[in-house]
Amino acid sequence: MPLIYYLALSALLFSLGVFGVLTQRNAINVLISFEIMLNAVNLTLVAFSQFFQLLKGQIFVLFTIGVGAAEVAMALIIIFVIFKTFKTIDLDEIKLMRG
Amino acid sequence: MEYWVLALIILPLLSFGLLSFVGEKLPRRGALLSIFLMAISFFLSLGVLYKVLIEGDLSFFYNWLPVGKIFLKAGFLIDTLSAIMLVLVTLISLLIQIYSLGYMAGEERFSWFYAVLSLFTASMLGVVAASSYLFMYFCWELMGLCSYLLIGFWKERETALAAAKKAFLVTRLGDLAFLLGIIYLYFTVGTTEILRVSTSTLTPAKAGLISLLLFGGAVGKSAQFPLHIWLPDAMEGPTPVSAFLHSATMVAAGVYLVARSYSLFSLSPTVFQVITFIGLLTSFLAATMACVAREIKKILAYSTISHLGYMMLGLGTGGLGAGVFHLISHAFFKALLFLGAGCMIHATHTHDIFEMGGLFKRMKITSIAFLIASLSLAGVPPFSGFFSKDEILTSAFASGWWGIFIIALITTFLSAFYIFRLFFIAFLRESNKEIKEAPPIMTFPMIILAFLSIIGGLWKVSFAPFLEEEGEILIAVLLLSLGLSLLGILVAGGIYLYGWTTEENIRSRLTWIYKLIENKYYLDHFYGFVTEKAAFGFSCVCRWFDHQAINKGIDGFAILIRVGGKTIRPVQTGRLRSYMWIIFFTLCIILSIYWWFTLSGVKGG
Repeated sequence: MPLIYYLALSALLFSLGVFGVLTQRNAINVLISFEIMLNAVNLTLVAFSQFFQLLKGQIFVLFTIGVGAAEVAMALIIIFVIFKTFKTIDLDEIKLMRG
Repeated sequence: MEYWVLALIILPLLSFGLLSFVGEKLPRRGALLSIFLMAISFFLSLGVLYKVLIEGDLSFFYNWLPVGKIFLKAGFLIDTLSAIMLVLVTLISLLIQIYSLGYMAGEERFSWFYAVLSLFTASMLGVVAASSYLFMYFCWELMGLCSYLLIGFWKERETALAAAKKAFLVTRLGDLAFLLGIIYLYFTVGTTEILRVSTSTLTPAKAGLISLLLFGGAVGKSAQFPLHIWLPDAMEGPTPVSAFLHSATMVAAGVYLVARSYSLFSLSPTVFQVITFIGLLTSFLAATMACVAREIKKILAYSTISHLGYMMLGLGTGGLGAGVFHLISHAFFKALLFLGAGCMIHATHTHDIFEMGGLFKRMKITSIAFLIASLSLAGVPPFSGFFSKDEILTSAFASGWWGIFIIALITTFLSAFYIFRLFFIAFLRESNKEIKEAPPIMTFPMIILAFLSIIGGLWKVSFAPFLEEEGEILIAVLLLSLGLSLLGILVAGGIYLYGWTTEENIRSRLTWIYKLIENKYYLDHFYGFVTEKAAFGFSCVCRWFDHQAINKGIDGFAILIRVGGKTIRPVQTGRLRSYMWIIFFTLCIILSIYWWFTLSGVKGG
């Protein structure tokens, strides 16, 4: 399969993620959108790795998946704490930092 | 001998220190200690004078203030002039302290009075002995402080406080000029030592400027026109203070400064013309004011101003001799006049000469002493004033300016007139008040001073080498001045004793002249106008500027910041999603710029 297919899919997924981050109010949904963006990038890396026949890209992707998993765990904990504090996870409701 | 000089200055300082802390516990509330130390000072100064006459000048110095790598020196320079002044100051201080035992008896703050009097003496001795202008200025200012304290001694009186402030501030003006002169001198010559300054190579213009600035200091302290206004008001102080202030210290300091800087002043001829002119103007104006005053101390104050003008005139036209000689003889008879006035005020409890009257029969010693001083002041031989005054007139005559000579002669006439006006009214007019002679402690110093006023003329003979230029005595001048003095006495006697005419009569004919003189030539009004109206107007402008420009400027800036903050604040919404939008758009913009550049670069390449 030509490289362009992978890149197109990846761009589609990334745009979907951006759209989700910008539009969603639910913190969990935002988090999911972030993960989609992350994985779109991973996909790009893997595609280029295959295209140039280099293993470095694949190894790098393994690292990002690992770090991403840790990140999700941290993010979920933060969301949990936010929920305990504000009794909501609607991001628009949380405006302690308003000037 | 160095130690003698040091000791005679430090002893009064010591008595100031002791009296101001433990004075009240000492016998006679410290006065005896102060008098004792002053007597030692006096004898030391006699010794110093003797040694200077035999061994010649003496100068020594100590490091005083470190300035960078060099030291400003506190030095002492004792020549014949300063040695004589040392004797004069200590002697008169001693006599006045003895007199004050009687005059100030039972006064509150009696010890403090003696303490400040001692400090005053010490600072005058410092001025006299100082070898550099800087050190002289230091003592000079100290003297200004003491005069403030003494004039305002009766601090319960509003007028005394005002007079003290006036004296301090007006002399301050002169002191400022003095200080500027010293600074300029230091930067042009590099030293303020009097001896080295006079031998330095200054251009006449620079020397003239420095001399005029120094003379400004003398104008302030010696109450010359136009800064003489503080002196009549200074009469608010106790009478012994006036006596001291008007004879040996304070006012003498200015004349002494001119005499001391004589060789510096000689570098520029115009300076002497200025000194002559100011001296002449001062002596004449003050003499006219003395003729119309009613308060005994005011008359004497104007007389002092007039005679200080005379001294300046002598210094300006004749040279060192005439002015200094008059300074010394004037110190004796003016101190005596004030002490006599003190006795009179003490006895009659009034300052107005028209309310006194008939003192001659009841206060014999005071009257005779006062008469001697008056004759001396009027310039009648063989009293000291005659000789010194004649010397000044001779030099005025020799200067070749007829105007100066004639005005000086008129002033002689006026001096004789006003002092005998005072004498006839206060002593010889009939009155039936019960008045007692002053106690011996007060008359004793007066007797000594009277004696000195009589023989004062002999100073000239004793110190002939010091008086240098022995100008020939012009018989015509001598007779003329004597004749005018006697005429003055005669006119005073005619008006106030024999009733040729009354003062009211003259007054009604010469209304506007009287008005002019009694308002002190409107100088006080002028200063009042300057200080009140002009300074007040300027203050108003400053206030307006402060309120309108500075306050509003600062306020405007604050408002700008506040409004700006309010406007920009909504950017911080606190909403996560809006931040994300901002991040997203910013990223888009940055990327599009980046691409636009790379793509155009590709095209260009």
